[in-house]
Amino acid sequence: MSSLDALTAGERGPQPPTEAFVPTALDPNTRADQFAATSADRFADAVLEHEDGLTHRGPWRTRLEDLVRRPGLILALVWSLVIVVAAFAPSLLASGDPLAGVPADKLQPPSSAHWFGTDQLGRDLYTRVVHGTHLTLQAALTAVLVGLVVGALVGLVAGFVGGVVDDVAMRVVDVLLSIPALLLSLALITVLGFGTINVAIAVGLANVASVSRIMRSEVLRVRTSVFVEASHAGGSRWWTTLGRHVLPNAIGPVVVLAALELGAAVLAVSSLSFLGYGEPPPAPEWGALVAGGRDYLRTSWWLTTLPGLTIVATVLAAGRISRALDGDPGSNR
Amino acid sequence: MTARLLTITDLAVSYRTRRGDVHAVRDVSLHVDEGETVAVVGESGSGKSTTAAAVVRLLAPAARIEHGSIDLVGHDVAGASPRELQAVRGLLVGLVPQDPTVSLNPVKRVGDQVAEVLRIHGLADRRIAAIEAVEALRRAGLPEPEVRARQYPHELSGGMRQRVLIAIALVAKPRLLVADEPTSALDVTVQRQILDHLDTLTSETGTGVLLITHDLGVAADRADRIVVMSQGRVVETGTPDEVLGSPREAYTKALLAAAPSLRGARRAPTPVAADVPAALEVRGLVKDFPLPRSAGGGTLRAVDDVSFRVPRGRTLAIVGESGSGKSTTARLALRLAEPTAGQVLVGGDDVSHTRGSALRALRRQMQVVYQNPYSSLDPRWSVGRIVGEPLRAFRVGDRRSQQARVAELLDLVALPASVVHRRPAELSGGQRQRVAIARALSVRPDLVVLDEPVSALDVSVQAQILDLLADLQNELGVTYLFISHDLAVVRQVAHEVVVLQHGRVVESGDVEDVFARPQHEYTAELLAAIPGPRTPEPAASGLAQGGER
Amino acid sequence: MTRYLARRLALAAGALWAAYTVTFLILFALPGDPVSIMYGGESSDITPEQLAALRAEYGLDQSLPVQYVTQLGHALRGDLGTSVVNGQPVTHLIAEALPPTAQIAGLALVLAILAGGTLAVVATATRSRRLSGFLLSLPPLGVAVPSFWFGLMLVQWFSFEIPIFPALGNQGFSSAVLPAITLALPTSALIAQMLSRSLLHTLREPYVDTALAKGASRTRVHFRHALRNAALPALTVTGLVVGGLLSGAVVTETVFSRAGIGRLTATSVAAQDIPVVQGVVLVAAAVYVLVNLLIDVVYPLLDPRIVTGARRRTAPSAPKVPLVPVPAGGTR
Repeated sequence: MSSLDALTAGERGPQPPTEAFVPTALDPNTRADQFAATSADRFADAVLEHEDGLTHRGPWRTRLEDLVRRPGLILALVWSLVIVVAAFAPSLLASGDPLAGVPADKLQPPSSAHWFGTDQLGRDLYTRVVHGTHLTLQAALTAVLVGLVVGALVGLVAGFVGGVVDDVAMRVVDVLLSIPALLLSLALITVLGFGTINVAIAVGLANVASVSRIMRSEVLRVRTSVFVEASHAGGSRWWTTLGRHVLPNAIGPVVVLAALELGAAVLAVSSLSFLGYGEPPPAPEWGALVAGGRDYLRTSWWLTTLPGLTIVATVLAAGRISRALDGDPGSNR
Repeated sequence: MTARLLTITDLAVSYRTRRGDVHAVRDVSLHVDEGETVAVVGESGSGKSTTAAAVVRLLAPAARIEHGSIDLVGHDVAGASPRELQAVRGLLVGLVPQDPTVSLNPVKRVGDQVAEVLRIHGLADRRIAAIEAVEALRRAGLPEPEVRARQYPHELSGGMRQRVLIAIALVAKPRLLVADEPTSALDVTVQRQILDHLDTLTSETGTGVLLITHDLGVAADRADRIVVMSQGRVVETGTPDEVLGSPREAYTKALLAAAPSLRGARRAPTPVAADVPAALEVRGLVKDFPLPRSAGGGTLRAVDDVSFRVPRGRTLAIVGESGSGKSTTARLALRLAEPTAGQVLVGGDDVSHTRGSALRALRRQMQVVYQNPYSSLDPRWSVGRIVGEPLRAFRVGDRRSQQARVAELLDLVALPASVVHRRPAELSGGQRQRVAIARALSVRPDLVVLDEPVSALDVSVQAQILDLLADLQNELGVTYLFISHDLAVVRQVAHEVVVLQHGRVVESGDVEDVFARPQHEYTAELLAAIPGPRTPEPAASGLAQGGER
Repeated sequence: MTRYLARRLALAAGALWAAYTVTFLILFALPGDPVSIMYGGESSDITPEQLAALRAEYGLDQSLPVQYVTQLGHALRGDLGTSVVNGQPVTHLIAEALPPTAQIAGLALVLAILAGGTLAVVATATRSRRLSGFLLSLPPLGVAVPSFWFGLMLVQWFSFEIPIFPALGNQGFSSAVLPAITLALPTSALIAQMLSRSLLHTLREPYVDTALAKGASRTRVHFRHALRNAALPALTVTGLVVGGLLSGAVVTETVFSRAGIGRLTATSVAAQDIPVVQGVVLVAAAVYVLVNLLIDVVYPLLDPRIVTGARRRTAPSAPKVPLVPVPAGGTR
């Protein structure tokens, strides 16, 4: 179960209108005009107008203060950087060989020689975790790409075209949503076989449904906006409106989603590799590392705890960055 | 000796925002006595709503009372603890909020929500409170209160919901009533009924009323004293006669000059060109909408046999309340929808069923300006790009000439040239509406349809935009189809008017004729509902452009 | 109301059929040869003739549409096929495995609602910015923790270090506690997130101000007004929550070596036992559909704005209701 579900869960609530214009006689919540509805905007205008009444702070100082006030975000960014380096240039962080072990050093607790301790074959756990990053991240990124590309496309088409296409697509999506994501991945694994790539595809496809729902909702929200109709009434062709108005305004939440999905994919991928469906040993995928340490739980806590903490930190960082993107004043919501 | 109910002394309230502190209210002092109605008038940012909220201490979380005192029948509100406030709210002071659509709990029955006030203050047990609630609803003017009390808010109309809110405010018989723009979200005929009723109720019980409004006409009609606020300060106070008859301050004078109900016409005089096809003509227009199955199915006839003619270079206004079909008619004229029956003729050509590229080509002749300037411009585009969009859509000239044209248009709508690189969020509502007008004029259309173009703007900004529209018509000879619910505004800009009710034309003709001698009772009702004294004071009739009266 | 119910039932049946079709597509149409997958492919010692015989036995030598219809027919009669691993009927295996999973899932749901709900209510009701900030930072943490790791941590601390609960097995209630807590973590985080977001939104609604203006205390507003309105959208997640519990059981039961649907799924996937996997997925979909059906029935009872056809709103084109006569002219 991913945090993605938390986002899509709201989708069953009030849906955005599929028709921009509802004649006022059909809408019991109608008002004579929008004076009341725009009172907040007009107050903001009044504030803007009387800026000399404000005590100012320069723009750079404000941004810096914002960042400093959010230490969590700084940590998340730093950690993400570390992860990226570990994935693409692991030897920079850990010079040893993740597959080679010194049997005499087996099951050593963390020390200055072995930061994360050693496993039952004397392999340095820290090196294995660092090199495992590549596998896990590769799978997670592939999963996100698959889910995002397919899901966004389906959502975009369904939201923009509407009508029968929308109905059919959403019925299919609803059915896919009725099967929990993990089970769907498992079904796919059953027929595709094991391995990192298959895990990635399975996780990605299982997320298509959620992504398409969100994308569709965003596209609908923008499509029924007044400025989109204004563009159409002004004489623009439908594809210009789609490309220049709808897409740029609908894409923001998808970017937020991508960051969140990355964290969810890391979780899903490591769960599947924990269960044994990932790359066969001795590949140091994070989930497999935790599984491997399970037999030594009583004696060697570091074998399960430390790789697990790495997973937690990575998922947390992805979520933190996603939230920062969501609350960014640059995004238009 | 009449008791003093409310005394505000040197009140200052500020809001914390990202860019700094906003001083919404600065050193405001006013008072309300028993049995009197005090109207606080101002535009957005004047601090009037903040002052009202301060009286019941329901300020936004980001707001802070800097200093000052609020004395409510002997209770200090400004410094009170939450517990003390709970004893005061509802019992000593009642609040009627602005928007009845969202101010009632959607999952509770209306009667229960009224009865709750009595239960909270221990004034009645459940059985008695329910009976009292029905009585309060009856007193507030709700018909069949026993039936209504068992209904939910979504089953009532806007006017009915506002009456429920009035009942809630008055059921515990408070000494003071604070009404924050109680009618601005309602149709004008309903507005009048509600305000009349409020007058009756409060004069019967001697309740003091603090009435917040942006409409000087409403204040003049209903108040014993008017307090004019601007930018957080009290600018002027006095009786309606004093404030309207002999305003002392420049701001008050400017407000009076801008108030639509209190000034004369500003439209440009244009002779009717003969033998030229009308810019727009509709004949027997009908539009049906299918009703959702959940509401019983069937169809709703939003527009029923509507016909009118807009001569070139003139302005025709379509007037009606919510549900009248005026917006639907505008959309049919713009061919944003297809009529179920009837004809739409643009420049003499029948375009009722045009589709595809022919329809798109048609758009060059007619453009639209929407009501809400805060949502009709793409927030991610720059102003220059927005204004130039129709030019690009119709491939008018090359890039350089398009840019030159955009600069020309911005100048035409009196916006500084530097605005071309800004985004809508950096502009005010009035400025955004000017951008929308510039966009509409970019391809030199014959007809511009304006759907309530000034309804979402402050009064002074309204006046500026209406002036601009009149100037542009004079200069460019463009034809306007002007949709509005506000007759006072219509009187200033239109040559001819069509009055719609439930999708049918009840009256049409020259504006001055219709105003002076309305033929239909609905028109008379609409006219009678315009707030403000009937004959504008000589000092306040801002004649412009040699406008006719 | 009955028409609404009938419609919902029909939709539910349709959704179930659609789920069946999807699983069929994935498990039988997608792979080239389901039989060789099930029986080990090239690395097994089954001869091609034996494979062909197996195909005939499973009906997999027929064309896809025929297979589909035959299988659907069987499924409607309650026959979901037989397991490749031990030859037992799938329905039997699932029926056996369901109760222990239901036990921990039920316990987990109760824990999750209590924990998540309490967190959301306290975080939004408290006046302390610090407490509220701290509490609201917990759900993202709860979601970020992989349940397999969390389960192992629990075992380490509460089975080995401090031996309170057994580390594995199905014996007695105490063996259900740690698995239930493991399952409850992501679920409670989800519930807390949804409910707190919903509550924060509701507390900003204007009708809350109206209630305060009546003189209501914050507690009264919170519990009598805000909570009920906020809980409604959170109810719509119930189907997802239950589905998540089922899928979470796969990992949890593996960690705790506990018999149940989860472990059944895990072993079946490892053995590529297609009929069992199909059965499990179908059961999960059925549970989801059933829960949603239940919510669809209950929701209109709680939210009067949902029109079920039983009670119609006033006709939209009704003219303004004639009001109680007021004195003519309103000027003072």
